[in-house]
Amino acid sequence: MEAAKFDACTEPLISLRGIYKIYKMGDEEVHANDGIDLDIYKGEFVAIVGKSGSGKSTLMNIIGALDVPTSGNYFLGGQDTSSMSDNELAEVRNHMLGFIFQQYNLLPKLSILENVELPLLYQGVKAVERREKAMRELEKVGLTDKAKNKPHQLSGGQQQRVSIARALAGSPSIILADEPTGALDSKTSKEVLSYIKQLNSEGNTIVMITHDPTLAMQARRVVQIMDGKITFDGSSEEYGKL
Amino acid sequence: MESFKMALRSIAGNKMRSFLTMLGIIIGVASVIMLVSIVHGYMNSMIASFSDMGVDQINVYVTNTASRSLDTDEFYDYIGEHSDLYAYMTPTADMPGNLKNGSESMSYTSIGGYSEDYLNIKGYKLQAGRNLSYSDMVNANKVTVMGYYTAWYMFGSADAAVGQKVKINGNVFEIIGVVEKQDPTYFEAGGMDDFAWIPYSTAAKISKSGRVSNFIVSVRDPQRSEEATADLENYLDSIFMSSDLYSVYANSSMLKEMNSMISRLSLMLGGIAGISLLVAGVGVMNIMLVSVTERTREIGIRKALGAKRMAIMIQFVIEAAVTSTIGGIIGIIVGSAFTSVIGTAIGIKCTPTISAVLISFSVSVGIGLIFGYMPARRAAKLNPIDALRSE
Repeated sequence: MEAAKFDACTEPLISLRGIYKIYKMGDEEVHANDGIDLDIYKGEFVAIVGKSGSGKSTLMNIIGALDVPTSGNYFLGGQDTSSMSDNELAEVRNHMLGFIFQQYNLLPKLSILENVELPLLYQGVKAVERREKAMRELEKVGLTDKAKNKPHQLSGGQQQRVSIARALAGSPSIILADEPTGALDSKTSKEVLSYIKQLNSEGNTIVMITHDPTLAMQARRVVQIMDGKITFDGSSEEYGKL
Repeated sequence: MESFKMALRSIAGNKMRSFLTMLGIIIGVASVIMLVSIVHGYMNSMIASFSDMGVDQINVYVTNTASRSLDTDEFYDYIGEHSDLYAYMTPTADMPGNLKNGSESMSYTSIGGYSEDYLNIKGYKLQAGRNLSYSDMVNANKVTVMGYYTAWYMFGSADAAVGQKVKINGNVFEIIGVVEKQDPTYFEAGGMDDFAWIPYSTAAKISKSGRVSNFIVSVRDPQRSEEATADLENYLDSIFMSSDLYSVYANSSMLKEMNSMISRLSLMLGGIAGISLLVAGVGVMNIMLVSVTERTREIGIRKALGAKRMAIMIQFVIEAAVTSTIGGIIGIIVGSAFTSVIGTAIGIKCTPTISAVLISFSVSVGIGLIFGYMPARRAAKLNPIDALRSE
C-alpha cells in the first residue's frame, strides 16, 4: 500500500516523471506532452501557463486523472495512476481531485444543491449527511439562498462559485482549475480568483491552468509549457521578470 | 432509490421524448391485452353456445349384421347398470318423410323416432300435453310430440294442437304433447322449433328398417365424456369384435377441437401483438441512444466527478426500465378499457385476462431493461475527456 506510506509533508502530492502523451494524426505523431517532470507539494498554488496548443490541456487531463500518459509515471498522493483502470481513475478523481471548469459544467436539470452533492453521491455518502455537507460548502461561497435554484437562473460568477463549492464538497487533496475565469468579465474574474486564493490560504493545494500570463502571476508558482515541454518553473515574481 | 429519483426527474425533464418512447410500449402492451382478451372472450362465448348444442351427448352408430347386432334392450340395460357415468339413452331413427294436416304439408319439419328420454337429453320442457312414454315404445303407438312452431303453424297454439290428428308418411298420428319454444330469435320453418318426435319403435316399423342403428347417450358430467366414449367403445367392441361396425362420437370432442383451434389463434394473434412490443423495444433503444448522445456532456461531467461505469450504467438502465414500466402500466389501463369497450360493441363479454396483463407487462419491463442496456453500456464506456469536450 503505497498510499499508506505516503507522507504529504516530505513527498510531493503530485509527481510527474517523464510524461509523454503522443497522438497519431494520420502518419504524423504529435507529442502533446514531450517528457514532463514536475513535482507539486501540498499547500502550493501553481499556475500552469501556456498558449493554446502548447500541451497544457493535455497535462491538465493527465493531472486530473481524466487521461493516462502514453509513457511515464504519474504519482498522485504516492499512487501510480499510469496503469489504473477506468474505475480506479474514477475513484481517484472522486476522492482526490476537485474540478473547476471554464464552462462551470453544472448539470442543468439538477438544482444547485444537487450539483454540489454530486461528488458526495459518488463517494456513497448518505443523503442527509450529503445535504448538510453540500449546504456548508454553499454557505462558504455565499449561495445558500440559491440552493433550490437551477443553474440557468444564476449569473456566470454565481455559477462558477457553485462549481467551486462542488469542487470542495468531496474534500479533495487537489483543486484543479481549468481557466476558471475564462468565461467571466473582469470584475467577477477578480471575485472568483480571490475565492481561489482564499482556498489556498486555507491550506488547499491548487493547480490552475491558464493561457493568461497576468492571471498566472496571481499564483505563487508558475510553470510555463511550450510545445509539450516545461520552459519555466519558478515563483511568480521570477516569472514576472521574464 | 437515488437512481430512481434521478430517472424520474430525467423522464419528467423530457416530457415529449419520454411520451414518444412510452407510446410504443403503450400501444404494444394495449394491443397484446386487447387481442388476447377479446379472443378469450370470443372463445368463452363459443363454448357457451356449444354447450347449448349438448356437450354431454355421445352419438353411437352401429352396423348390425346377421350374426352380431346391438339389441336395444340390452343396450338400455348396460346404460342403466352404469348410471354413475350415463344419464339417459335414446335410440334415434331419422324418418325422411312429410307431415300433413289435411292437405297442408310441412315440408321442412324434421321427423325422427326417439325414446321417452329424448326430452331429458335435449333438456327441453313441455308446453302442453304429455311426453312419449315407455308403453308408446313397447306398443309402437302412433303418437307424436311436436315442436312449438310446428304446433303453432298448424293449429294456432300448443293447447289447440294436443289431441289433434296429423299424417306422417300417410299414417295417422295423434299429437300428445308440444315442447316449449326454444329459439327466441328464429321462429320459422326448419328452425329449432319445427320438429315431430315419434316413438323409435313406430319409426322402425313404418320405415321397415328393422333394428335401430343410431343412439344418443348422455353423460352426467361433460368432463367425463372422454371416459364414457372409451367405455362405450369397449362395450361395443365386445359385441361387434370389429371397430369397423360401430363408431362413437362425443359432441364434446368438437368442443375440444374448437378449443385447440382458438388457442392456436390466440397464440398467433398474441405473437403479432408481441412483434409490436418488440418494435416498441427498438423504439426505447433508439430513444435511449439519442438520449446518451444528447447527454454525453452530462456523462462526462459525472465521470469527471467520480462516477464509475456501473453508476452511469445503472442510471441509464433504470431510466429505460422506469420509462417502459410507466408505459406498461398506461398500456394495461388503455388495453383493459378498450377491451371492455370493444367487447360491448361486438356483444361479447370480454375481461382482460390476468395472463395477458402479466405477460405483456413483464415483457415491456424486460424490453426496457434489455434495450436500455446497450445504450447504457455505451454511455458508461464514454471517455470522460471526449465527453466533456462535446457540446
